[in-house]
Amino acid sequence: MSATVQQPAPSPEIVTLDTTVVTSWKAPIAFAIFTVLALALAVFAPQEGDTTFRLSTQSDLIQLSEITVPTMPALWTTIVLLAIATAYSAVLVSSKRRVPLWLIVVFAVLFMFGFLTWAASGAAIPVIGLLFGSLSLAVPLIYGSLAGVIGERVGVINIAIEGQLLAGAFTAAVVASLTDQPLLGLLAAMVAGMLVGMVLAVFSIKYFVDQVIVGVVLNVLVIGLTSFFFSQVLAPNASLLNTPPRFERLPIPVLSEIPIIGPVLFRQTLVVYLMYVAVALVYVGLFHTKWGLRLRAVGEHPQAADTVGIKVNRTRFWNVALAGAIAGLGGTFFTIGSGIAFNKEMTAGAGFIALAAVIFGQWDPIKATLAALLFGFASNLQNTLSVIGSPVPSEFMLMLPYVVTIFAVAGLVGKVRGPAAAGKPYIKS
Amino acid sequence: MSDPQHPDAAGTPGPGRPELDVDVAIEEPGAVSPEKETAAEDARATAGGPGGTAGADVPPPSRWHTTLHQIATGNAIISVLAVLLALIVGAIMIAFTDERVQEASGYFFARPGDTFLAIWESVSGAYAALFQGSIYNFRRDTFLAGIRPLTETLTFATPLIAGGLGVALAFRVGMFNIGGRGQMLIAASVAGWIGFGFDLPWGLHMLVALVGGLVGGALWAGIAGLLKARTGAHEVIVTIMLNYIAFYLVSWLLRTPGLLQAPGSSNPKTPAMKDTAIFPSLLGPQFNLHLGFVLVIIATVVVWWILSRSSLGFRFRAVGENPNAARVAGINVRNMYVYAMLISGALLGLAGVSQVLGTVTTGFTAGIDAGIGFDAITVALLGRSTPWGTFVAGLLFGAFKAGGFSMQAAEGVPIEIVLVVQSLIVLFIAAPPLVRTIFRLPDPASRRRPVPNVSQEVKVK
Amino acid sequence: MKLELRGITKRFGSLVANDHIDLTVEAGEIHCLLGENGAGKSTLMNVLYGLYQADDGQVLLDDQVQQFAGPGDAMAAGIGMVHQHFMLIPVFTVAENVMLGHESTRAGGLLDLPTARAKVREISERFGFHVDPDALVDDLPVGVQQRVEIIKALSRDARVLVFDEPTAVLTPQETDELMGIMRQLKETGTSIVFITHKLREVREVADRITVIRLGKVVGEAAPTATNAELASLMVGRAVELTVQKEEPSLGDPALIVEGLTVIDPIGQLVVNDVSFTVRRGEILAVAGVQGNGQTELTEALLGLQPRVEGSINLDGTELTSASVRRILDAGVGFVPEDRTEDGLVGEFTIAENLMLDRSGGAPFVRAGNIQRGALADFAREKVKEFDVRTQGIDSKVRQLSGGNQQKVVLARELSRDLRLLVAAQPTRGVDVGSIEFIHKRIVETRDAGVPVLVVSTELDEVVALADRIMVMYRGRIVGIVPGDTPRDVLGLMMAGEHPAEGAAA
Repeated sequence: MSATVQQPAPSPEIVTLDTTVVTSWKAPIAFAIFTVLALALAVFAPQEGDTTFRLSTQSDLIQLSEITVPTMPALWTTIVLLAIATAYSAVLVSSKRRVPLWLIVVFAVLFMFGFLTWAASGAAIPVIGLLFGSLSLAVPLIYGSLAGVIGERVGVINIAIEGQLLAGAFTAAVVASLTDQPLLGLLAAMVAGMLVGMVLAVFSIKYFVDQVIVGVVLNVLVIGLTSFFFSQVLAPNASLLNTPPRFERLPIPVLSEIPIIGPVLFRQTLVVYLMYVAVALVYVGLFHTKWGLRLRAVGEHPQAADTVGIKVNRTRFWNVALAGAIAGLGGTFFTIGSGIAFNKEMTAGAGFIALAAVIFGQWDPIKATLAALLFGFASNLQNTLSVIGSPVPSEFMLMLPYVVTIFAVAGLVGKVRGPAAAGKPYIKS
Repeated sequence: MSDPQHPDAAGTPGPGRPELDVDVAIEEPGAVSPEKETAAEDARATAGGPGGTAGADVPPPSRWHTTLHQIATGNAIISVLAVLLALIVGAIMIAFTDERVQEASGYFFARPGDTFLAIWESVSGAYAALFQGSIYNFRRDTFLAGIRPLTETLTFATPLIAGGLGVALAFRVGMFNIGGRGQMLIAASVAGWIGFGFDLPWGLHMLVALVGGLVGGALWAGIAGLLKARTGAHEVIVTIMLNYIAFYLVSWLLRTPGLLQAPGSSNPKTPAMKDTAIFPSLLGPQFNLHLGFVLVIIATVVVWWILSRSSLGFRFRAVGENPNAARVAGINVRNMYVYAMLISGALLGLAGVSQVLGTVTTGFTAGIDAGIGFDAITVALLGRSTPWGTFVAGLLFGAFKAGGFSMQAAEGVPIEIVLVVQSLIVLFIAAPPLVRTIFRLPDPASRRRPVPNVSQEVKVK
Repeated sequence: MKLELRGITKRFGSLVANDHIDLTVEAGEIHCLLGENGAGKSTLMNVLYGLYQADDGQVLLDDQVQQFAGPGDAMAAGIGMVHQHFMLIPVFTVAENVMLGHESTRAGGLLDLPTARAKVREISERFGFHVDPDALVDDLPVGVQQRVEIIKALSRDARVLVFDEPTAVLTPQETDELMGIMRQLKETGTSIVFITHKLREVREVADRITVIRLGKVVGEAAPTATNAELASLMVGRAVELTVQKEEPSLGDPALIVEGLTVIDPIGQLVVNDVSFTVRRGEILAVAGVQGNGQTELTEALLGLQPRVEGSINLDGTELTSASVRRILDAGVGFVPEDRTEDGLVGEFTIAENLMLDRSGGAPFVRAGNIQRGALADFAREKVKEFDVRTQGIDSKVRQLSGGNQQKVVLARELSRDLRLLVAAQPTRGVDVGSIEFIHKRIVETRDAGVPVLVVSTELDEVVALADRIMVMYRGRIVGIVPGDTPRDVLGLMMAGEHPAEGAAA
């Protein structure tokens, strides 16, 4: 029989089953809840006076004028717009269409504007300071979430971000204090974070220990180690070991003079600039390079990766180590990034918020970064509001990121599948 | 290879699913395993299956040999060795950071003996203090004074055991409750509020406060259970978030006059509990051990009954081991998640209640949980998620805590060394091969996974 | 390229999976490796592919001894493999899957997707595959996914190609197309190892046949050998696969399903407007290639599917959207398709598994307490009755063989008062003895007047058990035909052609 006799197989068409539209009322319901919340503010806690938004700092070359709005009319206008958005989303869903992402974003921005207007009635909101502080607070969260994204994408759940941040903060403080070189502190922090990552990798890859459990235990271990050495060694010799120098701010010429954006983004320290680079590199790397393709393959279907000659466990090990290094780098923010001496448990749960950002950001480095920025914003909003004297107790503002995260994991923002093999050890016989 | 967690994604129907056609006479025991495991499973099947002949003609080993082998490879020896290893690491840390050791090592080559002596003194001093602070203090004259540390150990162990039982029970249902801190805070707040804010007769007051606290902890954990059941939200994330929410909520309550704050005070602290609500001492006023310890023993028995004798526990374990099969067998998996979190939260609530009504009765702050919510995880892991294992692990960690404080006071060794030792114990226990390698023990033929698996995929439809 | 395996031995613990296996495949030859599942074929090929390290023996390519530390080495030497369970990343495109592991990159380390796409198109055109390089693998039907696997192997210039049970997921027509592709590859000088246990395929395409049993080569055969010769070589004894059963004594319609539609989470109608009836004392067998809605149909009957429309009625009781518990209590027995995933708790004992779906009340639970004595008695009785080979009722089910596990499931389900038995793939991964036993029990259940719904992708099983046959394709019923319908008609129906058209063709 020859090849010409054998007809090429007919192309099987792509099987598409009949489909129906799955509708979800989550978004309209959530919209309605927030609209009612805003309404409750306006009805039960009306605020007299005006609210001012300050868009420039005094050192800016280009000065933007302040925007002042009368509080209650602005709030009522917002509520009407929120109600319209809610109704529109309900119409969309009842006609079996999806609620688009832009509507959710618009709704969130509107709500935030209304809330700010109400909360800062009779005072001025320093918008630049608010955003600058948000970015600063988001720095460790972003580094941490990048570490989380890499870990989960390669198939290892990294609960130990908290420990990696803390190890980074500690090591950076000690090494930078000893050498008086913040850069050396930064490198040491990366090594420390990497070591924590390697322990996580060894236990989960070599010994098949449940990754979540190793992560939790590693956090306790790092807290114990750093606190022990802090009490035993650092505290008695603070001047030698725990007076870290800080990274100076390096305003970038020209860029730093762009209104609003400049002062927020381009008058930062090296740690922040490195973060911009890291986010870009991780994004491009994950989705457009050989490294990322292999990494994602290992996290999705390790056996398939193995059969094309990719060393699954080696890939996992080194990428978890890399993730640890990135988280360690993020830890420097707490000490040499801000010029603060190390203290016990000073990361205060940032690693867990970073983890929340990973999930909220659907395992995507850009979205996770945005989620981390949102959390940073919520934390800093609380600082800002407590300075200008807000009617909301600060504790409730501090709760916000956590509440948002619960809503997020409960599927409010739509369920997205994480890497298929995350959390599962790859066992070869 | 006996690990049920194989790399193939669980329960994905369609093309990825192993597919086997049976044409003639086929034995395929590994029908649902990826092929890597198949061969290994074939081994088992052929050896024990209907076609196999192996096993029958091999004489059984002597009973002594079997027993020795089990001891050498079993869980008990691993646990003991893990504790030993962790203590050795702790000793190294103590020696390294001791000032006298550092001084002596400065002239190590001149007089190395000094260094070793300093190391010995620092380590033995610290561990002697640990022992005397947790078991028996020989420096006291009377037996009653000497045994006091042991009662302190039991006092410290009380909330650890209660919390550990809560975490362990959740583990058995396949859930990881990291929310102990939040559940304890809520439970302590409710119990404390009832304890100082109401006037009720002795006994009843205590009971109402206890029940209030248990319900508070249960409901707080129930949020996570409900969200997991209804939306599939991962309980690890939700309980972590609920910890922070509870902390800020309680902080706010504590600094707001008219809520939990003590009247006339500006500190974020409650007033003292009323005498009618305080747990009575078990051994008289000179000892701190209180009724909470008895409650914890009862709780251990109850958890044991639930898990090994009750229908509810059967369903819990079925869901924990294989939620899909449980669902197919008509068990309401969602409800099991909720019930398990309620019970788990109530047990952590017991830990919180025993703190405010038993240990710290003079009013509490937002730090009342004292890290017990996280310690409970290590307790449950060390206890391998069994009720009595958790009980013993709680006693051990209670001893570490009691001894740790006296070590800090007597030798200046920071209490955080206890955290390090505890977490190392759990790491070592979680990885028996590591411990076996270090001590060159034989590898057992079959191994049961030492820690629960909580990262498994669960399809809740 | 000539492939030679010399004395390959592979042990797992005490079991010898491959015992000094010799195998030679000449260049441009289709060499069939025939054997039962578990005979050691896959192990042998995994050794060849570098996934396992042999304990003894050598692999030679064109008379050169090879050392493979991993699949990477094997691929570099020119060995390709089309795996039984496709080794494709579902969330990657075809091009990404094909390039994975030997990626070409552009400046800056960026992936060179255009080259990969061109490669896919080139191979695809050479064999007339028509595969879109940018399609997501997850969206492709299994037949096309298999072609992606072939492209993957060929893109690395494989000269020896191993097909591991490639026809399991294919319709008879797709199987024929695959045979054509194999012949085409052979023409280009590629050596092919074709692993299967299906005699028809072997005889159709093989140049030479090697039969493996219990890890050893038990003989070679020519494609001219008869089925009976090959089968007895493979199993080691004469094989009979007919089920003894009398004519059914039909009762009233018991299960009435009307307009049943099952919607999956992304809105696909995986079961689409299905209506059928099963009468008392009747076995209705559902035939079809895996993944055409049969699994979802059985799950819907058990209340395991969340989005169901239409009506399911059993003996006058409406069971649509009822809870699993209520459906079980209504007398539905269920043998799930994937017993270790859905039917058993591996870490539980046999006794515990036997009470799994009666964990809430009588007879094993009283006042919230498990009646351990009653359970033990029951378990011992059932182990004996169903001939479960085990050391005792406290053995973990995980340690049993597939056949014995399935007996535990069957014992549990048949020991309730049934009004309907739903058995999905009841003999998948089960040894001969157990297959006979299970079929006998299913027929007995029918003869006791219980309506039975059997789902099987095995045409032989369908034909052996069915009183009537219902064929499903893409979620719909193609037709319901008598139990003695010829296989070629059933084969066409499984590919979606209606009986009338099939008859006309």
